[in-house]
Amino acid sequence: MADVKIGAYICKGCGIGDRLDTKQLAQVATRDAKAHVVREHDFLCNADGVKMIQNDIDSEGVNRVAICACSRRAKTEAFRFEGVAMTRANLREGVIWVRPATDEAQETTQEMADDYIRMAVTETKFMTLPQGSEKATYNRHILVVGGGISGMTAAVEAAKTGYPVILIEKTGTLGGSAGKAWRRIPQKAPYANPEDTGVAALIKAIEGNSQIKVHLNSTLTKTSGAPGRFAVDITTESGSTTTENVGAIIQASGYTEYDASKLTEFSYGKAKNVVTQAELDAMAKAANGAPLKNKDGKEIKSVAFVQCAGQRSTKEGHLNYCSGHCCLDSVKQAMYFKDANPAIDTNIIYTDLRTPGAGGEDFYRSGQNKGVTFTKGQVNEVTTDGTVKFKDLILNEDTEEKADLVVLATGMVPNSGVDIEVVKQDEPGQWKSNNESVLNLDYRQGKDIPLLKQGFNDSHFICFPYETRRTGIYTCGPVRRPMDMEQAMEDATGAALKAIQAVENAGQGRAAHPRSGDLSFPSFRREGCTQCKRCTVECPFGAIDEDEQRFPVFNEARCRRCGTCMGACPVRVISFENYSVDTVGQQLKNIDIPDEFSEKPRILVLACENDAYPALDMAAMRKIEYSAFARVIPVRCLGSVNTIWLTDALNSGYDGVVLMGCQKGDNYQCHFVKGSEMAHYRMSKVNDTLTTLNLETERVATYEVAITDIERAPQLINDMAATVEKVGMSPFKF
Amino acid sequence: MAEIVATNQTILVVGGGISGMTAALEAAECGKQVILVEKNPTVGGRVSQLYRYFPKLCHPTCGMEINLKRLRANKNVRLMTMTEVTGVSGDAGNYSVSLKINPRFVNENCTTCGACGEAVDVQFDDEHNYGLGQRKGAYLPHAMAYPQRYVIDPRIIGTADADKAKSACPVNAIDLNMKGESAKLTVGAIIWATGWRPFDANKIQPYGYDRIANVITSVEFERLADPHGPTGGKILRPSDNKEAKNIAFIQCAGSRDRNYLKHCSRICCMASLKQSTYVREKFGDEGKASIYYIDIRAIDRIDDFHQMVKNDPNVTFVKSKVARIDEDKSTGNPVLHGVNTEGYQRYANPHDLVVLAVGMEPSVPVGDFPIKVTVNEHGFIEQDESNGAIFAAGCSSDALDVNRAVQSATASALRAIQVVNRAAGMEG
Repeated sequence: MADVKIGAYICKGCGIGDRLDTKQLAQVATRDAKAHVVREHDFLCNADGVKMIQNDIDSEGVNRVAICACSRRAKTEAFRFEGVAMTRANLREGVIWVRPATDEAQETTQEMADDYIRMAVTETKFMTLPQGSEKATYNRHILVVGGGISGMTAAVEAAKTGYPVILIEKTGTLGGSAGKAWRRIPQKAPYANPEDTGVAALIKAIEGNSQIKVHLNSTLTKTSGAPGRFAVDITTESGSTTTENVGAIIQASGYTEYDASKLTEFSYGKAKNVVTQAELDAMAKAANGAPLKNKDGKEIKSVAFVQCAGQRSTKEGHLNYCSGHCCLDSVKQAMYFKDANPAIDTNIIYTDLRTPGAGGEDFYRSGQNKGVTFTKGQVNEVTTDGTVKFKDLILNEDTEEKADLVVLATGMVPNSGVDIEVVKQDEPGQWKSNNESVLNLDYRQGKDIPLLKQGFNDSHFICFPYETRRTGIYTCGPVRRPMDMEQAMEDATGAALKAIQAVENAGQGRAAHPRSGDLSFPSFRREGCTQCKRCTVECPFGAIDEDEQRFPVFNEARCRRCGTCMGACPVRVISFENYSVDTVGQQLKNIDIPDEFSEKPRILVLACENDAYPALDMAAMRKIEYSAFARVIPVRCLGSVNTIWLTDALNSGYDGVVLMGCQKGDNYQCHFVKGSEMAHYRMSKVNDTLTTLNLETERVATYEVAITDIERAPQLINDMAATVEKVGMSPFKF
Repeated sequence: MAEIVATNQTILVVGGGISGMTAALEAAECGKQVILVEKNPTVGGRVSQLYRYFPKLCHPTCGMEINLKRLRANKNVRLMTMTEVTGVSGDAGNYSVSLKINPRFVNENCTTCGACGEAVDVQFDDEHNYGLGQRKGAYLPHAMAYPQRYVIDPRIIGTADADKAKSACPVNAIDLNMKGESAKLTVGAIIWATGWRPFDANKIQPYGYDRIANVITSVEFERLADPHGPTGGKILRPSDNKEAKNIAFIQCAGSRDRNYLKHCSRICCMASLKQSTYVREKFGDEGKASIYYIDIRAIDRIDDFHQMVKNDPNVTFVKSKVARIDEDKSTGNPVLHGVNTEGYQRYANPHDLVVLAVGMEPSVPVGDFPIKVTVNEHGFIEQDESNGAIFAAGCSSDALDVNRAVQSATASALRAIQVVNRAAGMEG
């Protein structure tokens, strides 16, 4: 490793030079912070300024760069230097834009800037340039779990892109639920008629593709490793196991039809002529175009479709969600009858008819044109003779109708494996496969992907629908959320891209979402580790396992680089090359703390770099002022905040600490899922520290801050300033 | 003519909204070369004009921040704003594309210090706020705008204001002589992500959008609720700037109607349910919302959000297609007339404010595509082999919510990669 040579570059543009004494900033950088090269520039981000820095890197050997100018969110295209560790001192959005340009404010504003110079230069001292993990491995194979329409589509699309696929299916045939259907909802204009399912064509495409290896009657009995180096045990029904190595995994394990026998009010199982949607499609497939007959061989002259059977209901045992596809599938099924014989009565009884988009509404209209009846009603009972009793919601009266066949639109129950909150992982060395599990991960946190609401493996993020909590494993189709075939195929295509991307990222040691491309990764000092397991337990992505001696194993390619492990570690042995207990801890310790009688308190603000920090930036763009006593440090995630930073801050004489993370709980907005929640939990324990130090508990406050909180975020800082004024200065000023 | 390096292994993404950005980034993060063109001065599209997303009620700017970070960090994407596609010819794996690059009159020296904006006097309707407020003739489109760089409105060129802006700039970033440019490039595949526009509410005559001040659209309502919006996040009605606490939401305003848009725009039900929570957020128990609907389409697992709103005693659901809206001249209140079809009762309900849940129309009218693509009668691009390597992403393909638009964009990115990989393979 070359010697550390720090360059600090102070910009005088954007009013910084007018508002601040930049000579003094330069002095602070040289004298206090010990930067090796310090230069001022009138306009640092223009070509000349950038060239000046590049020259120092090229000819002066500068390898750490502190840009003392605007926010790290601004001018990123200009300040892009290869091969050096870089940080920013935010003198514009962080100082002059949040302070009034008055004579009285001058002194404290300058002190604020002085400190940010000290902090930035200190930070660079403790940063190294991430080199990427040496353990990065490249394997282009993609494993697809499930041979239904989603899994088959994912396999075909990945192979088409040039990535070999291993497809496993637990039954003896490909096709899944879609393979049992007669026709599908149309996917092409004019969206008027049911169309071929396309399943046979997909099966043919797979069978004729040398890039796709199919394992039928097989399940996954063990999945270990990480993106780029997964090892999977594929076990056949007869018990023989083969191990394959793959780079990424797509879980397309589909759904099971809701158990209609729970719907006793609809006489399912008791009445012969009450069937589910799936059963009707199977009947149609068996009839292969011949007129549909009831089980007793009688011709069907009237059909009633009961929508939302056991769905969208909070009744015990029912599904409280909508399965999305059933309204359109009932329209399709009504057409099976209408197209064959327009004299057959078909009545779809619904509460809200959900036929979204262009194709959906066209198909609904086509149903109307073909004479399908749509009745807004709530079905209460189906008797054994096929009488449907319902409340007609338009006429506002109870009524009934007898039908030769009653079709229940029951919902989708995801095949998402075991709930790891309930089924805990076996101890290391005693790991056993579980029949209920889909993936059988040997990860320390459990065998399957954590579930979201209602048992689905969905992503929680609206903007990032594929993000599961297990890196390099993507879900698609109805295991992710309820959906029809068209959406499942689209979903599978997208999942194939994500899997390919995971393969490529893993090959180069790059992080996946949300720190895409980040080359840093956590490492730990083994001799200091007490094997407490907190990092293993708290990692939101299940990246960390334990070896036989119970030391953590980080599995870099599974890591999302949030730093929650670093925040969790009580003995502070976990760090990233460019983000560590020191890069933050030394910053906060190296500011100037005026004495107790100065009336100049110091408030440490640790702000999530994705939401709270941009909120403060945008507040600054509007010139919303906040206390000159605040020193703001962006953190990767509030989960990465180690309580030592608080202890250090309080011991060094800070008067208050404000932590700003994202919303936690069910509707969490934290990009690292659990980071903010973990931080809030840890901070709830910080009172003990404060009490030990004989400090008021109000001195530390933890908040959930949204990126839109442009007024609230500065206010929270000002609130702390007011609190400090109330409780007084900290006695810990040395 | 501008020099742009691109080959038949480059993917062109047209449109820098959430779908286009996603498609571009997903492809780039697979290692592909991407050119992302956006006709506006900033990326972000319609989602940057939303206050919250359903069903989580989180803020679109939060995800946008991540996407911007990805964009800044990725050298595989070249972003061209203020750029339009004027022509496309060729076939899959080898398209020739003509671009028109409009002048921003501001170069990369801009530091967003804001001096030009302060110097300029003239104001124009603020597009970001759907014209609900005004902005200067030299402006930053919004706080999250990227590139983070001011724009000079071409309408001030040649006026004294332009000179004021130029002389106010301390970093010589304003170039009033900047000219529009054209460019030609070769690409292997094209992702079409030009998104949607709100249906023109003026066309729904019985609802009086053009006559009644307190009838607004759902997209405008988003701006009222947003702290970055024209009212600083206060729900104030246009006629008298009074707080609007009793708000009607009219579903299918322009959708599912043979006279306007035949299709269902999918998002509007969830959007109104979401907006009903804004009313409660801002006014607590004093806030009341009434939703006039045909069917509540809270599709799939997000139906729980619908159930949550339904359980709110301050939110009323009326199954009715509103027949017409009058204005009570004395109060400025819009009065809704119609029949509640659940029980057939006629109503004449006054509200403080009416929000029309306007439908989604594809941005590019049928017939305006620069190359032949298969478009359905609603103007959405069909997935069809005859489109060659032109793939629709997001709302160019159907009326989609953000989640599905991103899903669609990710799928389109893969389809485009398949084409450029084939092109690469052929070249050995």
